[in-house]
Amino acid sequence: MHAVPKHIAPLVPVVHSHGRSAQEDPAWIRWLLISSAMATLVLLVIVPVVYVFCAAFSNGAVAYWETLTGDSDTLHAILLTLFVAPISVIANVIFGIAAAWTITRFRFPGRTLLTTIIDLPFAVSPVVAGLMFVLLFNQRDGYFGPLLKMGNIQVLHAWPAIVLATTFVTLPFVARELIPVMEAIGADEEIAAISLGANSWQMFWRVTVPNIKWGLLYGVILCNARAMGEFGAVYVVSGHRTGKTETMPIRVNTLFEGATAATYSSALAVASLLTLLALVTLFVKIALEHKTQEDLRQAAKSQEVE
Amino acid sequence: MSIVVKNLSKQFGSFKALDNVSLEAQSGALLALLGPSGSGKTTLLRIIAGLESADQGQVMYADEDVTQQSPKDRQVGFVFQHYALFRHMTVYENVAFGMRVRKKSNAEIKSRVNELLHLVRLEGLNQRYPSQLSGGQRQRVALARALAVQPRILLLDEPFGALDAKVRQELRQWLRQLHDEIHLTTVFVTHDQEEAFEVADRVVVMRSGHIEQSGTPQEVFDHPATPFVMDFLGNVNVFHGRVENGMAMMGALNIAYPEYPHAESRQATAYVRPHELDIERIPFGASSLEVRVLQLNPAGSVAKVRVFSEQFGVALNVDLNLERYAELRLHPGDLVYVAARRVRVFMPGTQDYEI
Repeated sequence: MHAVPKHIAPLVPVVHSHGRSAQEDPAWIRWLLISSAMATLVLLVIVPVVYVFCAAFSNGAVAYWETLTGDSDTLHAILLTLFVAPISVIANVIFGIAAAWTITRFRFPGRTLLTTIIDLPFAVSPVVAGLMFVLLFNQRDGYFGPLLKMGNIQVLHAWPAIVLATTFVTLPFVARELIPVMEAIGADEEIAAISLGANSWQMFWRVTVPNIKWGLLYGVILCNARAMGEFGAVYVVSGHRTGKTETMPIRVNTLFEGATAATYSSALAVASLLTLLALVTLFVKIALEHKTQEDLRQAAKSQEVE
Repeated sequence: MSIVVKNLSKQFGSFKALDNVSLEAQSGALLALLGPSGSGKTTLLRIIAGLESADQGQVMYADEDVTQQSPKDRQVGFVFQHYALFRHMTVYENVAFGMRVRKKSNAEIKSRVNELLHLVRLEGLNQRYPSQLSGGQRQRVALARALAVQPRILLLDEPFGALDAKVRQELRQWLRQLHDEIHLTTVFVTHDQEEAFEVADRVVVMRSGHIEQSGTPQEVFDHPATPFVMDFLGNVNVFHGRVENGMAMMGALNIAYPEYPHAESRQATAYVRPHELDIERIPFGASSLEVRVLQLNPAGSVAKVRVFSEQFGVALNVDLNLERYAELRLHPGDLVYVAARRVRVFMPGTQDYEI
């Protein structure tokens, strides 16, 4: 038997506040890394953003407002974007909830494959996505061409194509946000609701929706930002006809290519509006991210064994 | 309202969760489904509740066949193992949920919720959220929520499984009391035999999808029908030997076994609980076994002694009461003698169970 020592040394070495711990780099490396990251950020992100706003407002706020609203084609582009984006968002919410529900509440063969396929629109280049729709919907030799011709339905070079392309490109956003949230929360509360006599509709609105609302909103915000900013796919399917099928990003491009001083400043004005929308999205996103994380933490906590 | 289950079978893929199970819980009974994980007890409970459908068989509440009914129509109260409280609702709204979806009036909901919160002793907490409650409080909210729909029967899935030992003990007694007050036919699932014995009127022991034994706690504990039940209900020491002429002979350990009076010798396995063994310093005559003391653990309500038998090559567990333990003054390495006050003998061929 060994005598028990009176003073037992702590197992964890005490870290003194001066001195540096093993995983920490020397000060000069830290400062070099931090300053190069900061420099990149300022050069590539902050300067352009600030410049867009400065240039857009160079003639004052009144001129800015007139540039945006005075030109009927620009106004049309803004309205078209505000029309298309909500439709895409709604389609996204419906698909996202359905997909997340299917993946997290059922076990079936091909479940992993479905999870992968949901991400496909992120992997495919938007231009290619646009081309797919052209191949499918053109009235001359498209796959659905004869059908569309018969019903005299104009899809390409009209708003339906813009909606389709935008929806395709943004499809994964809501589903991707919801899958981890619904997985973490689990089906227990939903089963409890059923056992208490709720029908599926009551269960969904009273239990599922309140539980996933922050994740859902987060997905909607991201989806909306992407929907408003989408260029490639929409450019291909819309025919980019000024005053008819131009959305905001395409209008910026058209104005920019106009290459006169007037169109140049108009381009900057529309661009700054798009940027503003992006910044608002960013702030809402940060706020929601916090809420979603809170939900996930709560879910993890409630599953802990006390 | 009584519950009758007839010839229930359920298969998950290639796994047979329930194999032709029949069961009856009389009106007002408190019945425990006891078994290890994978024994099918939770599946059985969920089928009774209508949360799972059976491949075959019938579930009846009194004379009513509810096999095809939805959980809503069955009107059962179900308490989940991890409570499954609605996290975004207050305690009040959790309890009110079942009545809200049934479109009851606000006044009716209010009086019923307050009555139930009083019953589960949670008055004053009705504006709290589940995350602000302790485990025991959550479980009581879950119970109040289940009772709010005026269920015909109450079903609880491992109700105390996620609680710490002290709270579990309190809630058990409380559940028993509550049951005596409201007389609702109740079935609960547990893997803890102590819990089953303490709370239930009847215990149903399950194993791999079928019922091993059912009876009152006393019946099941004193007369385990199978070696599995014997083993599941607590520690046992196992001896392999023979039975003949009303005696069970396990090496040097001979015990009267009048259940087998025949002269023909048969192989048998004897099961002895630790508290049914006794230790002496000197041999008891022909019926004791020489063993060496391995370990002593007197901390607790009984002293646990671990001894080793050279003859069988196994270690045995003996529980002594503390007075007896003090009297013997055992030390590791001592040579002592063990005798059994009582054994249960199971003959191979009739049973398929091996420990």
